Amino acid sequence: MHGFLQYIQSYLDSDKTPGGAGNIFWATVYILLVFAGLSVAVIAMNWLERKILAHMQVRLGPMRVGPHGLLQPIADAIKLLLKEDIIPAEADALVFWIAPFIVVLAAFTVFVVVPFGPTHAITDMNIGILFMLGVSSLSVLGIVTAGWASNSHYPLIGALRSSAQMVSYEVAMGLAVVSVILMTSLGPEGGTLSMIGIVQAQLAQGEWFIFKFFPLGLVGFFIFAIAMVAETNRAPFDLPEAESELTAGFHTEYSGFRWSLFFLAEYSAMIAVSSIAVTLWLGGWLRPFPNALAGPTWDLVFSLFPGITFLLLAVMCFYNTARMPKHPLFRVQTIGLAGFGVVLGLIGLILFIPAVRVRVTDIYWFAAKVGAFMYLYIWYRGTFPRYRFDQLMKVGWKVLLPTGLVLLILTALVGMRTELWAELQGVWRP
Amino acid sequence: MTDPNTLSPLDLETPDKTFLDTNELVINMGPQHPATHGVLRVILRLDGEKVMGLECVIGYLHRGVEKIAENRTYTMFNPYVDRMDYVAAVSNGLGYCEAVEKLLNVEAPPRAQYIRVILTELNRIASHQLWLGTHALDIGAITPLFYTFRDREEILKIFEKYCGARLTTHAFRIGGLQYEAYDGFERDVKNFVSFVKPKIDEYEELLTTNRIWLERTKRVGKISGKDCIALGVTGPVLRASGVKWDLRKAQPYANYKNFEFEIPTGENGDTYDRYIVRMIEMRQSLRIIEQAVEGIPEGPIMAKVPKVIKPPVGEIYHSIEAPKGELGYFIVSDGSTQPYRIRVRPPSFVNLQALDLMCRGQLVADVIAVIGTLDIVLGEVDR
Repeated sequence: MHGFLQYIQSYLDSDKTPGGAGNIFWATVYILLVFAGLSVAVIAMNWLERKILAHMQVRLGPMRVGPHGLLQPIADAIKLLLKEDIIPAEADALVFWIAPFIVVLAAFTVFVVVPFGPTHAITDMNIGILFMLGVSSLSVLGIVTAGWASNSHYPLIGALRSSAQMVSYEVAMGLAVVSVILMTSLGPEGGTLSMIGIVQAQLAQGEWFIFKFFPLGLVGFFIFAIAMVAETNRAPFDLPEAESELTAGFHTEYSGFRWSLFFLAEYSAMIAVSSIAVTLWLGGWLRPFPNALAGPTWDLVFSLFPGITFLLLAVMCFYNTARMPKHPLFRVQTIGLAGFGVVLGLIGLILFIPAVRVRVTDIYWFAAKVGAFMYLYIWYRGTFPRYRFDQLMKVGWKVLLPTGLVLLILTALVGMRTELWAELQGVWRP
Repeated sequence: MTDPNTLSPLDLETPDKTFLDTNELVINMGPQHPATHGVLRVILRLDGEKVMGLECVIGYLHRGVEKIAENRTYTMFNPYVDRMDYVAAVSNGLGYCEAVEKLLNVEAPPRAQYIRVILTELNRIASHQLWLGTHALDIGAITPLFYTFRDREEILKIFEKYCGARLTTHAFRIGGLQYEAYDGFERDVKNFVSFVKPKIDEYEELLTTNRIWLERTKRVGKISGKDCIALGVTGPVLRASGVKWDLRKAQPYANYKNFEFEIPTGENGDTYDRYIVRMIEMRQSLRIIEQAVEGIPEGPIMAKVPKVIKPPVGEIYHSIEAPKGELGYFIVSDGSTQPYRIRVRPPSFVNLQALDLMCRGQLVADVIAVIGTLDIVLGEVDR
């Protein structure tokens, strides 16, 4: 028993990820934490998407289940779990059964290497970014099998569209990623594919890669930001599930729990690609304004942000509690909302404790940046019409791919400019 | 059962196949499909995503409205016409009432005609708003739907205040109006006009210069003016193809000759032009409403019409410019209280013929856009 405790404690002052330190116990804890956090994030995202989209569209969104519809995602989850699990008679039952698991597996596995902080990752692979791109593209397999196994026209067309789309946007995505990897090689430690290494390269070079070689970093970021929307099949690239054309695309024949797995996978894939973008271009867990507002005082101020955010959320809850209709029917909801506010406030207060604060700041900044991307996703959905299939291909192959290639070459040239200059001088002045 | 491989009655050319040696895929779109605007069934023949041809199967909403007319008196049939194009019920009523009035050789008094024009034009705006919302939704923009429905609500409120109904209004009677305009009608209408003008700009802000919207609508579902005339296509679809034909100007009815307004026309006859034409039409309708509400004369609202309507033996064809195109009523009277035969020329039904021509060689996604841009209402197609 004592040996076990020592084993647990031995990791606590390590500067490595649990996977890197080889500590199985903490790796398991981290896996569970990431899984739980992801599930909560998906539930929160579900509610937020409905509410934000609703307010963009001059309506209220869910209001009935719980105060301001806060329990709606849970009610939906229960509904989906209790629904009959239908496998169509004409479908290939085994493949139909497996497909959602492939998608979910791919969507969750990528989180093994996502760095929430310098030590807050399950593990740090030296090929981290390659692993993420590789595994996340496995979900195409699940989608194609889902569409094929349904043995029906609309899912098949949806699956074909989806696979073509994901494969073509991966190329542009890859080029944008490579340009970042070139940028990492300029630092003192040399190039790296490790997710943690990429963020540390940004720390060492003193700027986020979105601002590096302005505007090259920005262009790369935009290519990735467009490609990642296409990659996750979201509006305006949501053709595989275009409900006005294909009813529901590849998951038309799915229902209940199996359908909810697709749903879960879609949202966790969104979070996954957003975290790639955050890690590669927006400095991962690093706090904003590292140069302009540097120094220990500012460090302290920025480390208070997590607590302040939760307190603000709590204040919002209390404000809405005060605005609840004063009617006996709403008593339970009002108390519930106030209780939720108290919980959020307590979390906020806990986050002010220095020991907690130090450990949580990294995760907070990472989550905040990913959250901004999630908002963008919702915003796109509320604003844009849907691309047509050939136009989607045109954007991918004729715009993003050439831009990515030029970007890659330019990044290489600009990165090597001092060496090139010396070389050229050697040629002209023998 | 319709054989999907039979030649189209229009004898259209089959588009070139893609280079791949693939089999044709026959897809049944509808009658339960989110984007066919009701219970339209379209049998698509696809080469990959390219439409090689299509056939519409209609009749899922057939209620035999024309047959019902033969067993009802002229007055009793009046509410039935609202159920054809239920998003533009007031226009249907106007067409029917004017046709019977023409048969009876009476004319509604000026005050009634002004109020009729105001309500009909309000209804045109409501119909176009509904079209815009659903059309944009089909193309994937989900937000305009809520904007247009919010503003359409104001029109429905005016209808509700005027006659108690919001959708199937039964607003007009043969010979004029049943109800005098309520107190504050003019104020409500004026308020609505000033309320909705900036809102139309708001819809346009979301769509008109949106890159994706342009790509999805330009050069999609093109139809030439010649083809439109050959197929009998009318309304905004005809005007977007460059033919300046609007019955409000061409054969003025219901006092329209007293109002100043322009007929917008397009050049290319594509989905984008039809969108622009309808947006301008909404603004022109507002212009008509402004003029009409300023000039409502005093006077009676009902012409001298006998209690029991018994038109003389004869037949009449009267058509009006409904929001979707030419809405015509052909009524044969045998001198009794019931019409011998009523035949309706619904714009949606005739415009739907052009679907095959407009969709050939385009992609599946365009079929959705074209169904939306034709602005069909299945209640009117099937009757």
